[in-house]
Amino acid sequence: MAFDNAFEALTDASDDSRWAFGTGFEDPLSGVDTSVPSGVDGSALAAYCLMLGDDALIFSHRLQQWCTNAPELEDEVAIANIGLDLLGQARLLFARAGKADGSGRSEDDFAFLRVEHEFRNVRLAELERGDFGQLIAVLLVFSTWRLALFSRLVDSEDAVLAAIAAKGIKELTYHRDYAARWAVRLGDGTEYSHERMQAGLGSAWPYVEELFAQHDVERRLGVPVPREEFDEVLSQVLEAATLTTPEVPPRAAVAGRTGRDGVHTEAMGFLLAELQSVARAYPGATW
Amino acid sequence: MNDWTLYEVFVRGKRGLNHVHVGSLRAADDEMALHNARDLYTRRNEGVSIWVVRAADITASSPDEKDPFFAPSGDKVYRHPTFYDIPDNVPHM
Repeated sequence: MAFDNAFEALTDASDDSRWAFGTGFEDPLSGVDTSVPSGVDGSALAAYCLMLGDDALIFSHRLQQWCTNAPELEDEVAIANIGLDLLGQARLLFARAGKADGSGRSEDDFAFLRVEHEFRNVRLAELERGDFGQLIAVLLVFSTWRLALFSRLVDSEDAVLAAIAAKGIKELTYHRDYAARWAVRLGDGTEYSHERMQAGLGSAWPYVEELFAQHDVERRLGVPVPREEFDEVLSQVLEAATLTTPEVPPRAAVAGRTGRDGVHTEAMGFLLAELQSVARAYPGATW
Repeated sequence: MNDWTLYEVFVRGKRGLNHVHVGSLRAADDEMALHNARDLYTRRNEGVSIWVVRAADITASSPDEKDPFFAPSGDKVYRHPTFYDIPDNVPHM
């Protein structure tokens, strides 16, 4: 009797859309009205989408580097899932940027064919992979900040950006939850785990200020700075985790310029070399 | 990893269907098991509900007792409601 087809119900055999078959992805915004609404500065919108897209792409790459390196198999998959969510956000944001600036550049053009100083991600996203405590600290800071930002961007004047933000909120809520759980588990764990978690927080903290320095592009678009929500969430998590806010000076800007202006840390060049190597060695290749 | 507890995972694909066993995982506690199950077993939109059960808490029938357990029901055809016609629009039967 057919109760044994309950397994079939777990997957919908006729639905192939959840699989990625080689290259040749479709434009993720195909069928969407991508005209820039009147009153919105198209070039500022494109620049801002690139900033958010670069944050997602670069941090996603760092998360991918945990594959085969995570402390537990279960967490390896969890970290890869988070990386994939962010990669999806990057694709949408790049597609939006290419339409908004009228250049028609594709997501691949943005990801693989720009050089270091053209990337606009915050420096937090590119930090070299440290231990698991550092990963959790960076993920907690990154996802708390980004979730606070996206929950404001749903009111964006550009409907496409608002929709991308609305989709991202569900993902980021989970990312923040994952990071917060581990922060509490490690911080309020053994003396040794507490020490490692506190050290991880210390290595992420110099890059926090940069997240809330309003860039000219954000000013032109009227993007709010969600510092209060960030501080509130972080203090709640850190208290539960018996961790303290690190007393460290912010990482200095270079002649007033940081990641958002295309000035990156030394780690960025190595990251891009790896990220772009295949696309540069075989231009235009498909498989 | 060996000191983490082994859990069995059950996922329900759609409302109205039953939970089915999809695999196992290790976790430090129940809450972590549930989150790990979400990450390991519902990545492709498989589920609307997850149960996790400590493997040690499952009492299973033993293969040695297969005959006394299951053989006696083999020849009792009258226990199967096979003499009824099931209408086409009755699902999951």
